[in-house]
Amino acid sequence: MGSIPVDFFIDRFPLYLEGAGTTFTITVLGTALAFVLAMVIGVLGTLRNPVARGVASFYTETFRGIAALVLMFWMAFSIPQITPYELDVTFAAVLALGLNVGAYGAEVVRASINAVPKAQTEATIALNMTWARRMRLVILPQAWAQMLPTFGNLVIELMKASAIVSLIGVTDLTQVARLQGQASGQTILAFGSALVMYFVIAQVLIVGVRLLERRANRRLGRTPPAGGGLLALLRPPTVGATATGGAR
Amino acid sequence: MPLSDTTGAPGPEAAGGPLIRFEKVVKRYGDNVVLRELDFEVAAGERVTLIGPSGSGKTTILRLLMTLETVNDGVIWVNGDSLSHMERNGKLVPANEAHLRRVRKKIGMVFQQFNLFPNMSVRKNITEGPVHTLGVSKEEANQRAEDLLELVGLKAKIDAHPTQLSGGQQQRVAIARALAMRPEILLLDEVTSALDPELVAGVLDVLRDVAQTTDITMLCVTHEMGFARDVSHRVLMFDAGRIAEEGTPEQIFGDPREERTRTFLKAVLETG
Ligand SMILES: Nc1ncnc2c1ncn2[C@@H]1O[C@H](COP(=O)(O)OP(=O)(O)OP(=O)(O)O)[C@@H](O)[C@H]1O
Ligand SMILES: [Mg+2]
Repeated sequence: MGSIPVDFFIDRFPLYLEGAGTTFTITVLGTALAFVLAMVIGVLGTLRNPVARGVASFYTETFRGIAALVLMFWMAFSIPQITPYELDVTFAAVLALGLNVGAYGAEVVRASINAVPKAQTEATIALNMTWARRMRLVILPQAWAQMLPTFGNLVIELMKASAIVSLIGVTDLTQVARLQGQASGQTILAFGSALVMYFVIAQVLIVGVRLLERRANRRLGRTPPAGGGLLALLRPPTVGATATGGAR
Repeated sequence: MPLSDTTGAPGPEAAGGPLIRFEKVVKRYGDNVVLRELDFEVAAGERVTLIGPSGSGKTTILRLLMTLETVNDGVIWVNGDSLSHMERNGKLVPANEAHLRRVRKKIGMVFQQFNLFPNMSVRKNITEGPVHTLGVSKEEANQRAEDLLELVGLKAKIDAHPTQLSGGQQQRVAIARALAMRPEILLLDEVTSALDPELVAGVLDVLRDVAQTTDITMLCVTHEMGFARDVSHRVLMFDAGRIAEEGTPEQIFGDPREERTRTFLKAVLETG
């Protein structure tokens, strides 16, 4: 065998790279949509207003319960039938993934906001801050550090789920692997190459989130253990939280 | 550097209505009646110490004033404004957020657990309130933060992070943060009881300083009887949501009339 697997991959590297680019783009766009939805719906879920909470729980219950795959098919194929419009299939995929992962993200945001000690809210009241300032200056920056690890997992989930676009004809990484497998008959190598590329994208995303986590923790006065480099970023962080202002 | 907007209120004997008035205030948590038709008044510039056994409702009184809790019955007045109601078209309606924010502007609070914002430097902790809720310029807020940190002896720590400070230092920053809002009324809830013994004196010295150099009205819950004797005009002894006894610090600490006060003071002196 020797260099054959390497040759297979090197010959097709541009194709795989293009597929990986598509996967990465869909992941980033889906994440952006999911993030905005998660923040807005998550904050709504922490309000006392029953309408706001109703909207939030309707959204999360609905879109957590609907498979992104079905949602994507529905948007790509049913919308043109019932309306005069046709959705771009990639756009449909981004929408479906964003709506689906956003529903999980919203729960993370809600839980993280609620996990900020009540004493912090009371301190903002004593300083006569408005709700908006309290959220922006105090609560969200503290909740942010707590959201990030779970957000990291959700981004990876979204990336893996993005393979559904191959089913509606988008040439993402999975689609490239399938086409190359069919064309060459080398199924193991074709999909093995895709696995490696997926792994690399995941590592890039993980490092990105870990960098954000480090920054968030530093802002909260929690210093990461010494040493590091890129490899340290791939390990889950172990930072001791130092409390400044617990419960009453 | 004036610490408060209050002008020339000389002390408890000042003329005019009380700054704070509790009128038949009832506070319940479920079946637990914490305050039973509580009546008391505090004059502008007066410094009042609240003492009493655990669970007697001292914290509840401060939290009600800070609008962190609402009364079940009765009215709390601050400078003629009710904390639960406001006037609209000549009718009394439940207080809205705007009304509360107007009343709250006069009140500051220092918490037992400091409650500094861990996502901000010491400087930001002190300046964000004035900048965002008083509309003070950044430069002015910074200048004031420096002055206040000087007062509490922490000028060197202005760019430190709260987690880099000892408990006593954090509490002094919290006092500076509250004073930066130029409150007329300062609420202090056992501000030294979360501190290691050797850090208590530093915080109390700062508060003595504030008491001596300003005319801020202070409501202070504390077990530090020496401090209470030094700074307060009046001591209120609470028991089961009512005032059991009140008087000057000399009278309450030197010659308490009520048996409950005697027992309480004896217990505090033995443990503290
Ligand atoms: N959020 C709450 N929910 C239910 N009960 C409460 C709550 N806050 C206070 N209480 C009860 O109200 C009573 C008075 O509490 P408060 O904290 O005012 O007492 P305190 O005089 O400050 O006591 P301590 O000296 O221990 O601080 C207590 O019986 C307490 O259990
Ligand atoms: Mg208390």
